[in-house]
Amino acid sequence: MADLLNLQGWLLVLLQTVLFVLMAPLLTGWLRLLKAWLQNRSAPSLSQPYRNLLKLMKKEVLVAQTTTPLFRIAPYVVFATTVLTAAIIPLLTVHLPTAAIADVIVLVGFLALGRFFLALASMDAGTAFGGMGSSREMTIASLAEPAMLMAIFTITMTAQSTNISQAIDFLLGQGLVLRPSFMFALLALMLVAVAETGRVPVDNPTTHLELTMVHEAMILEYSGRHLALMEWAAQLKLMVYGVLISNIFFPWGLALDNTPHNLLLSFISLIGKLMVLSVVLALAETVLAKMRLFRVPNYLNLAFLFALLGMLSHVILEAGA
Amino acid sequence: MNFAQLGLQEQGVILLAALILLSSFAMLAQSRILACIHAFAWQGVLVAAATAMIALVANQPHLYLSAILTFSLKALLIPWVLHRIVIKLEIAHEVETVVNPALVILAAAALVAFSYYIAMPVEKLSTLATRNTIAISLAVVLIGMLIMVTRRQAITQVVGFMSIENGLFYTAVVATHGMPMVVELGVAFDLLVATVIFGVFFFQIRASIDSLDVDRLSRLVETSEIDEMTVEEE
Repeated sequence: MADLLNLQGWLLVLLQTVLFVLMAPLLTGWLRLLKAWLQNRSAPSLSQPYRNLLKLMKKEVLVAQTTTPLFRIAPYVVFATTVLTAAIIPLLTVHLPTAAIADVIVLVGFLALGRFFLALASMDAGTAFGGMGSSREMTIASLAEPAMLMAIFTITMTAQSTNISQAIDFLLGQGLVLRPSFMFALLALMLVAVAETGRVPVDNPTTHLELTMVHEAMILEYSGRHLALMEWAAQLKLMVYGVLISNIFFPWGLALDNTPHNLLLSFISLIGKLMVLSVVLALAETVLAKMRLFRVPNYLNLAFLFALLGMLSHVILEAGA
Repeated sequence: MNFAQLGLQEQGVILLAALILLSSFAMLAQSRILACIHAFAWQGVLVAAATAMIALVANQPHLYLSAILTFSLKALLIPWVLHRIVIKLEIAHEVETVVNPALVILAAAALVAFSYYIAMPVEKLSTLATRNTIAISLAVVLIGMLIMVTRRQAITQVVGFMSIENGLFYTAVVATHGMPMVVELGVAFDLLVATVIFGVFFFQIRASIDSLDVDRLSRLVETSEIDEMTVEEE
């Protein structure tokens, strides 16, 4: 409870969350840069996502006459829940007052809340594309969420806590241990992350007006600052999954105390981890083609199987006789 | 026993056990025949690696010989023979329909849990560092049987059979640090002969019913009637 009343801790949370939100477009820009290099195209500059967001912020907001107030509220709700998710995750330092309040199940809940409002808003305007997009999104989410929770439970069973900062603390304390359950959980979480953030084998983030789109179909009716918030939230979600994966499975470098020297070191290691992780994602996106929608359940079954194997191998191989 | 207190090599043994289980699942889920054979070859590589690792950890030099034997036989020779047969029979691009893939995978997961339950009393008697992997090796045997049950093509059934043998060999290695060399050599030789005989059988089945789908063997009747039946079906 000492963490809760610590003013310096709360300032650090604020700083870290702002950093998280500001870095998210940079990660997307870096990913686009990598993909352009891999596909032999000339790359857009790293600041292009920021410029897009700025441009959209300045533009006029057009709202269809058939919509209800929900349509206007949804972008703020989606953005706010994603920012709150980002606030829970240890980005630079492990001991945070927010991490003491909310555990990893709350994190999944925040993401689900955001998705719920996104799906509602996309149906609100009453266009065919919006309804199609939200039905697809919910199909994917209903299969991805059990896999994600299963993978997370595998980790929490090892760390014996659903609290992310305590779990990372535990993992940092024991050094390098080759756990088969973590290997499976990592695979499952990576597959789920690709599905949830709408990356290539499941959805194409660069598509516009295509029959197979999922996320883009949902935000088709949005314009101006509403669209900017929706896109920013999507970029933030990608960053949330990236940081979650790199800081749980490769927690080395994360600061255990809040001295400036350790925080700087933690920042540098975070940049390194995210850069490597996005190389993996960019390679996968370049090599793989988008799947048919009807094959997505098979893909997510695979993720669930990995998560299940992770849990089984934790019980059978690691828990001991 | 605390997992984190084990040495890195012992953790490697357990990690390999998990990978062997994964390769069994890969075989079960593959619908292409060649991919299934490749998964079997990878399982052979992993079993050989696990055997060599156990030889290192438990200081049992005779297991190195078993590892070399397993690698050359189950990772190279048998997959190569099966691969050649598939190419010769021109069924390399055939896709096999498994009836309900998601259900089969869940059944396999249930088999893993079942073999954990079965192996628990055995594990309590053992003092070896590898005792936790006995359940995994039993699961590999059971999943091999499941592959044989769910497949229709004769060749994937043979892959399932070989996978059962992989599981039995692995059980012997993790439970008692391997069988006597004579037995091991005998089993290896049997397996090699079995592969050759299976190969001959494939060509015979193919020559008589024009397919490797063994479901069609159950309605084997006299030639003239078969022709009528196929006409009726069409």
